[in-house]
Amino acid sequence: MSDATVSEIALPRAPGKAGRYVYISGVVLLCAWVLIPLYLLLVNTLSSPETVNSFPKSFIPEFDLGSLEFFTGFSGMLVALKNSIIVAAITMVLSILIGAPAGYALSRFDFRGKELFRLLILLTRAFPLPLLALPLAVLFIRTGLDDTAFGLALVHTTLAIPFSVLITFSLFSGIPIELEEAAWTLGCNRVTAFQKVVLPLILPGITASAIFAFVISWNEVFAAAVLTIENRTLTAFLLQTLSESPLHLKFAGGFILVVPALIFIFAVRKYLFAMWGIANR
Amino acid sequence: MAEIQIKNVAKRFGEYQALSDINLTIADQEFMVLLGASGCGKSTLLRIICGLETATEGEVWIGGRRVDHLAPKDRGIAMVFQNYAVFPHLTVFENIGFGLRMQKQPNDEVKRRVERTAELMHIEQLLGRYSGELSGGQRQRVAVARALAMEPDVILMDEPLSNLDALLRLEMRAELKGVLAESNTTAIYVTHDQVEAMSLADRISVMHQGRIVQAATPVEVYRNPAERFVAGFIGNPPMNFLPANRADAGKWTVAGQTYDGPHAADGSVEFAIRPEDIAPAESGLPAKVRLIEPLGAHLLVTCDVDGTMFRAVLESDLELKTGEIINLAPHADRIRWFDKSTQQAVA
Repeated sequence: MSDATVSEIALPRAPGKAGRYVYISGVVLLCAWVLIPLYLLLVNTLSSPETVNSFPKSFIPEFDLGSLEFFTGFSGMLVALKNSIIVAAITMVLSILIGAPAGYALSRFDFRGKELFRLLILLTRAFPLPLLALPLAVLFIRTGLDDTAFGLALVHTTLAIPFSVLITFSLFSGIPIELEEAAWTLGCNRVTAFQKVVLPLILPGITASAIFAFVISWNEVFAAAVLTIENRTLTAFLLQTLSESPLHLKFAGGFILVVPALIFIFAVRKYLFAMWGIANR
Repeated sequence: MAEIQIKNVAKRFGEYQALSDINLTIADQEFMVLLGASGCGKSTLLRIICGLETATEGEVWIGGRRVDHLAPKDRGIAMVFQNYAVFPHLTVFENIGFGLRMQKQPNDEVKRRVERTAELMHIEQLLGRYSGELSGGQRQRVAVARALAMEPDVILMDEPLSNLDALLRLEMRAELKGVLAESNTTAIYVTHDQVEAMSLADRISVMHQGRIVQAATPVEVYRNPAERFVAGFIGNPPMNFLPANRADAGKWTVAGQTYDGPHAADGSVEFAIRPEDIAPAESGLPAKVRLIEPLGAHLLVTCDVDGTMFRAVLESDLELKTGEIINLAPHADRIRWFDKSTQQAVA
């Protein structure tokens, strides 16, 4: 057995020359895939309207802050930003509060229909939102949830829950049950064992899953556009106002949308890695 | 004082009968080893005593108190797990002190007991480390120290050495025996390794298919196996079995030789002898030598007696050749007999 393991581990370390080229070009390609659009967005955001609309394109930013300045003075902009943050924060909290216990139950208990339940969780993503939009809008108007941050957060929570359940499920499954059992024999009940042992171990993963929920809510535009009028989130607000604006403002608006999400993900990248099991201490 | 009594315990997982009719009394401060092949129910029994599993039937008593309805934390036990279960987010110090902290012991008491048990297990220099920075052997020490620090009435161990390499296992085995003898706790130790069981136990409970087949001292289990299964399971190489035919009252013919055997048995019995209780002689069981394995101190000789494979551990200065026919005489007082239908030992 040990022989097999050794060669399996050794293989990826010595992939051979051809393998290395494929590997490097793959990395470069993936980086370019992500970075080039972001760079073009940055260049065009920091260029004057004339440069944005002219041809050929320049690949060096001019550091013209005109478009961005326009937005800071734009009425409703700050309100929309605040709404976005509120909705995303509520989504984050709700999806963890609902998703994590479901993930724990899925990983620790055996119950009838467990596999079906896991499948059903994914199926909630199979309903196209446009199909649900009208009934949802009617329902929200009847219950008075329309045009509120909380109502929108509820919709975003349903979108985020499948991920939070499945992510926390794999997190809990990654923690050996013996750790909990050891805690039980050392004077803990189920609740204190969870607090003292499980929670500290999964906190990074929970954080990552929460951030995922935050980003899902932050980027969601359809429900936000349908269900809110006055209290629009940033995405819905920009979608509405930018559709008729000139190109340079569209770039600047896109930039404003992307940057907070990027900063957020960058700040918590350690936890995201933990979520994928890379930086497992 | 913590005598353990297990009364009529049975465990079913759905249709599967994991344990049936377990009755066992473990004396205060006794070192009891549950020995058996994997799947025999030994770990399940341990987990029932611990409270991590509930018995379908029966009672568990620890120190004169019925505990089978109590949570693990209220049973006065501590457990050492096979994969150590050292908490990765706590230092060694906090791991060992975990149970004491849960008991709300004052800080200086926690410190005193953690340091004492750490010293006992020779890990005092590791107290500031995390489990990720420890080797398997060190983690094992932490796990044992964590259990000992609780000063439990009973310490339960589920194959605690099986994840260690062979050399370390020998070392830890000797150390565990010493530490546990000093701690005055009752110990139950689960293993599939008969050498470990022999060397550690005051008594061994041999388990097979959810039953306790024999509970006795290591020497008794080795010398007088209660069942054919025990005879074949304990000992390396295991006991030899040969068919026997009734010659007369109390006389049985085995491979052409006649030996004194059980009187009462009227059915068929089997003749059994340990490989080391055999010596070459003028007359004895005719054995055709098939394979000779020199083991240094001894020769392990595999022969063919009456068409049955037969092993003998002989003096290493013997000159033998494969294919040769030798006569092997069993020591008369070491011959055992097993009833072929009930599998029980008969005298």
